[in-house]
Amino acid sequence: MRETASVARAVAWRQLHRSFTNPAIIVPSLAFPLVFLIAFAGGLSAVSKVPGFGYPAGYTAFQYVFVFLQAAAFGGFFMGLSIAADFESGFVRRLFLAAPHRSGLLIGYGIAGMVRFLVTALVITVAALIAGMNVLGAPAQIVGLLTLAILLNLASTCWAAGVAYRMKTVQAGPVMQVPIFVMLFLAPVYVPQHLLSGWIDTAAQYNPATYLLNAGRGFLAAVPHDTGLAFALVGAMVVLLGLWALRSLRRAERGL
Amino acid sequence: MLDVAAQVWLVARRSIVRTLRQPAMVFPTLVFPLILLAVNASGLNAATRIPGFPTDTYLSFGLSVTFMQGALFASTTAGTELASDVETGFMSRLSLTPLRGSALLTGQLAGAVFVALLGTLVYLTIGVVFGVDIKAGVGGVLVLIVLAMVVASAFGAIGMLLALRTGSAEAVQGLFPLLFVMFFLSSISLPRNLIAQHWFRTIADWNPVSYMVEGLRSLVITGWDTTALWKGFLIAGAILVLAIFASSRALRTRMERT
Repeated sequence: MRETASVARAVAWRQLHRSFTNPAIIVPSLAFPLVFLIAFAGGLSAVSKVPGFGYPAGYTAFQYVFVFLQAAAFGGFFMGLSIAADFESGFVRRLFLAAPHRSGLLIGYGIAGMVRFLVTALVITVAALIAGMNVLGAPAQIVGLLTLAILLNLASTCWAAGVAYRMKTVQAGPVMQVPIFVMLFLAPVYVPQHLLSGWIDTAAQYNPATYLLNAGRGFLAAVPHDTGLAFALVGAMVVLLGLWALRSLRRAERGL
Repeated sequence: MLDVAAQVWLVARRSIVRTLRQPAMVFPTLVFPLILLAVNASGLNAATRIPGFPTDTYLSFGLSVTFMQGALFASTTAGTELASDVETGFMSRLSLTPLRGSALLTGQLAGAVFVALLGTLVYLTIGVVFGVDIKAGVGGVLVLIVLAMVVASAFGAIGMLLALRTGSAEAVQGLFPLLFVMFFLSSISLPRNLIAQHWFRTIADWNPVSYMVEGLRSLVITGWDTTALWKGFLIAGAILVLAIFASSRALRTRMERT
């Protein structure tokens, strides 16, 4: 157990050092959520005037939750890219030889992904507050939103890590990114779920991201909505995608 | 000696064939804008209920955004191909031939503009199949295609300028996020008069992308809006001329270096 923790700590530290000292890695993960926040909360705020919109915390808060969860999910994707880059550089081969407990590698990448997301989350939150976001939720509800996002970040890191361990190349980027992108954008991004119609309404009903967004927006506006379902879904995602990542890790070990 | 038109054709043919041989260059240009159109047309359809929204369906409103996204891909296609010519030494070999700089630049744009033209025809066809009524009629469709090509050429020329200044395909890829930001900070999602945040509307007012997208959009949802059209053509044309002028200077410098 101590050896696993030691491996995890070393991998996490290396990843974080590499991320925060390399602008090409950290800037996109900070800039993209900010651009989305500015574009959606700023450019589309008139959408809150649509009859029946009815979100009490306002449009900036409505979009903040989407961007917050999007940053969590994309944080996992960026970590998957880092793992794939480590494969291409041959670093993973050396890590596999050096680490006594290789599941510690996965935990290390997970911790690094989470810390990177927390930094991004801080930047987005400060930007949203400067833009005048209303926070109606109690501190416990804000912790609920953060917990939801951290679990989503872990799930997406497991997904992207699993792909990276199997494909071992950064060219697998679209395979990691597209399912995350599709899941997020087939949810109620611009308007509440009850204002959706047509095929996207059907897609949103079967999309787990819909319930994460509903719960997150409920937390921020102090009107809890789909909370239990959201935590059950994201918990299931962590477990299933964690197993996927572990199986992929074992497969990569056998392939070396 | 080949005349300029023949030189342009030689470079253009190479550029088009080379682009079409790379599905990774063509596929995203055709597919990603359509995916975003499908998502936005459904997800933002409720926005048409905002008082003063200029059309009944967001599909008609959002169709013009696909042409702009095609132009965005044109910038990276043209820039990446030229930068890889610099990186592989092809430009050095060209500098030993009597090829004119203007022919090289015009020809290099052809591949990107050809893909943008394909994209424009696909987006228009799909839009019409799904019920978009082009208010300016058949003549408007032709003008829309011409304007979309001028916009794609303008963005392609910006990509080429960066390629010639840096000589690096990676640096050209770095242009994509910057242009992406410019797109989002414009009137692509809502008409400027309906943007509620004053600071955002000010940025959109100063952003040339707003005028290009409004020129294209006017033909789809309004009809013949001469003001929107001349602004769209003027701004896209000005960017094209300036970017080609700066590219030709950068090309001269690069040829001297080689």
